[in-house]
Amino acid sequence: MTNWIEIAKLEDIPKLGSRVVKTDTMNIAIFRTADDNVFALKDECPHKQGPLSQGIVHDNTVTCPLHNWRISLESGEAQGPDVGCTNTYAAKVENGVVYLTLAVGEVAA
Amino acid sequence: MSKQKLVLVGNGMAGIKTLEEVLRLEPDMYEITVFGSEPHPNYNRIMLSPVLAGEKTIDDIVLNDMQWYQDNGIALHTGDPIVEIDRVNKKVKTAGGIEAVYDRLLIATGSNPFMIPVPGVDKEGVLGFRDIADVDAMLEASKNYKKAVVIGGGLLGLEAANGLMKNGMDVTVVHLMDFLMERQLDKPAADMLKLSLEERGMNFLMEAQTAEILGDERVKGVKFSDGSEVEADLVVMAVGIRPNMELAQSAGIYCERGIVVNDTMQTYDPSIYSVGECVQHRGVCYGLVAPLFEQAKVAATHLVKIGLGRYEGSLTSTKLKVTGIDLFSAGQFNEEEGDETLVLQDPAVGVYKKLVITDNKVKGAVMYGDTLDGTWYFQLIREGTDISAFRSTILFGQHDLGDAGHGDETRVAALSNDAEICGCNGVCKGDIVNAIQTQGLFTLDEVRAHTKASASCGSCTGLVESIIASTVGEGYEAAPSKKAMCKCTDHSHDDVITAIKDNELKDMRSVFDFMDWKTPDGCASCRPALNYYLLARWPGEYKDDAQSRFINERAHGNIQKDGTYSVVPRMFGGLCTPKDLRAIADVAEKFDVPEMKVTGGQRIDLFGVKKEDLPAMWDDLTQAGFVSGHAYAKGLRTVKTCAGKTWCRFGTQNSTDLGVQLEELTWGSWMPHKFKMAVSGCPRNCAEATIKDFGVVCVDSGYELHIGGNGGIKVRVTDLLTRVETVEEVLEYSGAFIQLYREEAHYLDRTAPWVERVGLNYVKQRIVDDEAGRKELFERFKYSQKFAQIDPWKERAQGAESHEFQTLKIAG
Repeated sequence: MTNWIEIAKLEDIPKLGSRVVKTDTMNIAIFRTADDNVFALKDECPHKQGPLSQGIVHDNTVTCPLHNWRISLESGEAQGPDVGCTNTYAAKVENGVVYLTLAVGEVAA
Repeated sequence: MSKQKLVLVGNGMAGIKTLEEVLRLEPDMYEITVFGSEPHPNYNRIMLSPVLAGEKTIDDIVLNDMQWYQDNGIALHTGDPIVEIDRVNKKVKTAGGIEAVYDRLLIATGSNPFMIPVPGVDKEGVLGFRDIADVDAMLEASKNYKKAVVIGGGLLGLEAANGLMKNGMDVTVVHLMDFLMERQLDKPAADMLKLSLEERGMNFLMEAQTAEILGDERVKGVKFSDGSEVEADLVVMAVGIRPNMELAQSAGIYCERGIVVNDTMQTYDPSIYSVGECVQHRGVCYGLVAPLFEQAKVAATHLVKIGLGRYEGSLTSTKLKVTGIDLFSAGQFNEEEGDETLVLQDPAVGVYKKLVITDNKVKGAVMYGDTLDGTWYFQLIREGTDISAFRSTILFGQHDLGDAGHGDETRVAALSNDAEICGCNGVCKGDIVNAIQTQGLFTLDEVRAHTKASASCGSCTGLVESIIASTVGEGYEAAPSKKAMCKCTDHSHDDVITAIKDNELKDMRSVFDFMDWKTPDGCASCRPALNYYLLARWPGEYKDDAQSRFINERAHGNIQKDGTYSVVPRMFGGLCTPKDLRAIADVAEKFDVPEMKVTGGQRIDLFGVKKEDLPAMWDDLTQAGFVSGHAYAKGLRTVKTCAGKTWCRFGTQNSTDLGVQLEELTWGSWMPHKFKMAVSGCPRNCAEATIKDFGVVCVDSGYELHIGGNGGIKVRVTDLLTRVETVEEVLEYSGAFIQLYREEAHYLDRTAPWVERVGLNYVKQRIVDDEAGRKELFERFKYSQKFAQIDPWKERAQGAESHEFQTLKIAG
C-alpha cells in the first residue's frame, strides 16, 4: 500500500528549485518544475555524490552543482553520455500540498 | 495517429548526420527509411585515404553500424539506388522495384568524381576516388600492377597517390597547374610539399594536360596534349567532384551546379530537403565535411518543425591526410591589394607559415611543416580577433603568448598516448583519440561530453581541438563562426546582449520568447548568463532570479565537495583589527568550523560550514561589522594591497588606503566572471598587481593602471592601460573599466581573454581617449552600485530567502 506523507505546501518550494527532506539515513531532494510538477530524488549525484538539491533545474532535469552532470528528475538517470542513476521516490501535488512516499523502513526525521 | 514518414536518399555522412540530429530533437516524430546505393552502412568517407594507405581498415571507419539503424527503428536498404522520385504521389522507387512513400524527403546523394571526358576514359583500370569500391579496386590493382598515374594534384589526388605508393606502386601525379593544391596552398608552401613528396618517391608531371587514355581493354598509358606519353597500369582521376543531382533533376527539382537550396536547406519542392555535397547554397557547392554537418543541423531543425536554424555558408579549413606531412590552410590566404602578409619561412627545417592580414585581423593562413597553431589561427579568422596586441609574435604561435599551463606540450602530434591532456579530469591523449575513433565523434562538444576533456576549466580546449583536428583530419567540425551561447539557442552571446539592450527585454521569459529559445526553461549554462546580462543592463529594474544562479551565488558561499560551504568575510584592502580577528575567531569556535585558512587574496576563509548554519553565522559576523566577501561571486573578489608608504621604506603612495577606497567603490558588483584587484605601493609590486584583472602600481609621479592580468589557469601579465596622477582618477578609471567589462564581455569571460579578443587599443580608446565616454561609464557603474551594494549576508541573517537554508520539516 502506498503511504503518502504530507511534506510541504507547493509554495514552500521555489519554481525551478528544490527543498530537502531529511530521513534517518539520507537526504531527499524535492524538485518543483516550471509547470508545477514535483519530483523526489535521493539528494546524491551518482558521479561524486554532489547534492542535487543545490543544482539548477530546467525542464525535467537538474544539473549537479559539482561537475554539471544532468540528472533526469523522472528516472533519476544521468543524461547524455554520462552513465549512472540515483534513487527516485514517488511525489505528488494535491490541492497545493506536496506528498512523498518513502522506501520501506525509511522514517522521516 | 500514425507517424509521418521521412525518407532519406543517400546513406552517407551528411544524410545520416541529419537523421542523428532529427532523432536527438524528436526521437518519435518520424518513421524513417534510408536508401543507399553502396552495400555498406554509413562510413566516414574522409577516412578512405588512411584505409588506402593501410593505416586503417574499413571497420575502423564505419560510423553507424547496422545495429544503430535497428536500435533507432530505421529501415535501411543498401545496394539498391533510388531511380525515381514521384513528387505528385510523394513516393520514391529503387532500381530493384522497392517503393516508399514520404511526407518529407531528404536528398543527400553526395557527389561523383569528375572523369575528364577524353578518349579512353572508359577503359578498365581507370578509376575515380570516391567510395569503398574504388579503394578495393585500387588495392586489387596494386597487387597485380606496378605503374599508377594519378591525374589531379589536389587534396584527394595526393592522398590517393600517397596510398598507392604505400601499396608498393610506382606513382606519377599529373597536374594541370604549375603548383600543387592551388586551391588550398600558395606557391611556396606547395613547392615545399612537392619536394617532400618527391623525397618519398612520388613523381610529378606539372602543367600537363591529359589528352587521351591509351591501351586496349585495359589502360596502358596516358597521352598529353604536347604529345608526350607516360606508361600506366592504373589511372586514378582526382580532378574534382560534381554534385550528384541527376535523380533530383529527373524529378524536375530546380538545379544549377547542384540542387539549389535556401538557408533552411529546402529545395524548390517544399516537402524535399537536401544536404551535403549535392547541394548548391548561395551559389556555393561544398566538398568538405564540416560545412555538411552545419547544413545537417539546420535541416534537422526544420524537419522536426522547430524551424529555427539558418545555414549561412561556411568558412572552411583544410588539412592533408598524408602521414608525416603537416599542412594547413584556412580563409582567404591569397593576398589581395591592401592586405598585409606575415611570413615565416625556414626551408632548412621545412617550416613555412603565412598569415594574410587586413586591419589587424587575420583573413587567411597557410602553414607547412608546423601546423600546430592551425586551429588557433582558424579561430582568430572566424572570430575576427584584433591581433594588434600580439601581432609581433603571432607567427611563433599561441604558446608564445605565454601559455604557462602547457607550453611546449602543445605539440600534439608528437605526444604519446599516455600524455595527460586534461589535468582537471585526468584525460590522456589516448582516451580522446580512442573516443573519437570508436564513438565517431567530430566536435569539441561531443568529445567533451564523452571524455570530459576540456569540460572543466577549459585551459586545454586548444589542445583538445588540435587532437580532434589531427585525428579526424578535415572532418573536424570547428565551431561555427558565430558561436551559439549553448544548446538551447543558435544565438551568440553578443546577439543576446544586443537584443536585451535594443529591445528592452527586462525579464528572462521575454528573452526566451523574443529570441525563440529551443528549450522551455533554458539550461544550467544559459540561465545564469541571461540572469547576469539582464541584471547588468537593467539595474534597479530587473528582478534577480535566484533559481538561475549557480548555487554559490544563491547560497552566498562556496559549495565544497562534501556539500558544506565556506565563509569569507570581507576585509577591505586586507586590513583588519584585533577586534575583527577576535570576532572571526569567536564565530569559528561557536560554529565548530573544522578548518581556517588565509586566502591568496589576503582574506580569512572558514571551511566546512553546514548550509543551515550560514544565516546564524552571518548574523554574528554582520554584528561585528563585516559584510560578505563575495568569495563565491562572479564579481569583485578582493583588492590585495602591500604595506605602502605608511610603513615601507620603498613605498611611494598610500597603497593600502587606495586599496580600501577601490574596494569600497566596487564591492558587491556583479560581473561576467570573478574580478580581482591589487594595489602595489612601488614598482617592486609586492601585491602582484600585474596579474590581476585591474592592478595599480604606485610610482613617485602617480599611478600606473594595469588591466587584463590573470594568475590562474593561464598566467597572463597585465597590459598597461595608462598612467594617472590622482586617486580620484584611479577610482574613475577603475569604475569605467569595470563597467565596460560588465557591459560588453561575455558571461564567464575573465578580463584576460576579453581584452585579448577586443584588443588593448579598443579598451584604451574607450577608457583613456574618450573622456566623456569614460565619465558616462563611471556614472553607470556608480548607478548600478546603488542596487548592488546591499549586503546579502545581512539580508539573509534577518530572514530573507530562508527557504534556501532550511530543510523541510514534516508535520507530525
